[in-house]
Amino acid sequence: MSTYHLTTPLSDADIEKLNIGDVIFLTGDLTTGRDDVHMRVIKQGKQCPVDLKGNAVFHAGPIMRKNDDGSYDVVSIGPTTSMRMEECEAEFLKETGVKVIVGKGGMGPKTTQGCKDNKAIHTIFPGGCAVVAACEVEKVDGVEWLDLGMPEAMWKMKVKEFGPLIVSIDAHGNNLIDNNKVIFNERKAPIVEEISAKLDFLD
Amino acid sequence: MSDSTNNSTEVINKLSDLLSSFICYSSSHLPDDVLNKLKEMREVETEGFSSTIYDAMFNNMEMADKLKRPSCQDTGIVQFFVKVGTNYPYMNLLHEALVESVLKATNDAPLRHNAVQVFDEKNTGNNVGVRVPWIDWEIVPDRDDIEVYFYMAGGGCSLPGMAKVLMPLEGYAGIVKTVFDQMTSYGVNACPPCLVGIGIAGSAEVAAKLSKKALLRPVGSHNENPRGAMMEKELEDGLNKVGLGPGGLRGKLSVMGVNIEQAARHPATLAVGISTACWAHRRSCIKINPDFTYDFLTHKGVTL
Ligand code: SF4
Repeated sequence: MSTYHLTTPLSDADIEKLNIGDVIFLTGDLTTGRDDVHMRVIKQGKQCPVDLKGNAVFHAGPIMRKNDDGSYDVVSIGPTTSMRMEECEAEFLKETGVKVIVGKGGMGPKTTQGCKDNKAIHTIFPGGCAVVAACEVEKVDGVEWLDLGMPEAMWKMKVKEFGPLIVSIDAHGNNLIDNNKVIFNERKAPIVEEISAKLDFLD
Repeated sequence: MSDSTNNSTEVINKLSDLLSSFICYSSSHLPDDVLNKLKEMREVETEGFSSTIYDAMFNNMEMADKLKRPSCQDTGIVQFFVKVGTNYPYMNLLHEALVESVLKATNDAPLRHNAVQVFDEKNTGNNVGVRVPWIDWEIVPDRDDIEVYFYMAGGGCSLPGMAKVLMPLEGYAGIVKTVFDQMTSYGVNACPPCLVGIGIAGSAEVAAKLSKKALLRPVGSHNENPRGAMMEKELEDGLNKVGLGPGGLRGKLSVMGVNIEQAARHPATLAVGISTACWAHRRSCIKINPDFTYDFLTHKGVTL
């Protein structure tokens, strides 16, 4: 378990040295993209309006405030459930060249394979810690696809020492949350049996 | 404008201003019982990634308070559970005041725009949509006040929600299995440690609704039936032994607690409903009197 301070754009070599359980603090470009962005880019085949090559995508739907001069500030921004993007993520990595996915919870086998094939990682930012994250955003560079609404639009941001990001899928085929789920499921069966035996309420 | 219209507008303004401040405050501050439980759990969860996550959580709460911002970006679909005294003088204005309070809070907190109209697939941009805010009414005889329970139903924490009807022969064991399966597959996405709400009844929709009502009960409270309380404790201890840990990154604990609510069932059915609340369990309750004085029941000593 090591800690890294990385700056975008990232190369294959930057990604290959990382393993599940490592902690990253990211500086540089971070763009939000969740359900509708994946839908447009992969299912509808629309051109992604932001160049994400070597950069990071954040599964997040923020609260933004528009200033009088038309610029935006981040009020609150935290990770959303990454698993919702499982269906499209591997193709999204290939299509856009994204190197780092930031989200919460795990992702499945397709993304794990996608990360291996495209030299990318999935990372977890502590869920619900949206003010901490907002304060690590230095600047909002702009927004694309705002017609999708505030949570679904692509918000382009500059971040500084953004983290802690815990590597949950690395580029070597490892998946931290999947490993955890195996342990949870092993523990589950005997516990369920033990409790069930105590709950026969029929006299 | 007639005097009565004038008066109505004034009442709606007063009520919605108060309720909007109540929503804004609730979006950045957890209730006392949840906060105390998280402090207790933080003491125990010291290994692996646990401290990193708990440090971020407590740091986040401090910053949300200091900067007066919603503590989580997902401010959810707004749900109200209202107990209305039959002698409350403004019963006919209450619905409008509740909706108005959501519009105000959306602008003032600010809340994230979360109401997506079904079929149109468009975000309304103001958190008001068909049957949203969701309002659940309960009538209380011989009272002249109201109690408004407020809950922000976020996406991640609503994801493990489900209801199904079991055969009675599956028994309470069937409920235990359903709860554990749901928590080990979806729990990690609901920002654990969660509070688990369970409803047991004769049909799916009653069980589902009771599971949400169970989440409105304080952390650490018990089912009024001793067997119910025992089942809560067994499930809580059992889920903790699974060790989801904060954020699903493993630890010594999984849940803040398990609350069960029940309704008598049909002899031929045993329905179970599950709702989960994330660690950022933004639930609050305010009692409002006819003269607009209030008691902020979940957040003691706070003036709005
Ligand atoms: S599960 Fe709760 S804390 Fe986590 S992102 Fe959703 S609303 Fe926020």
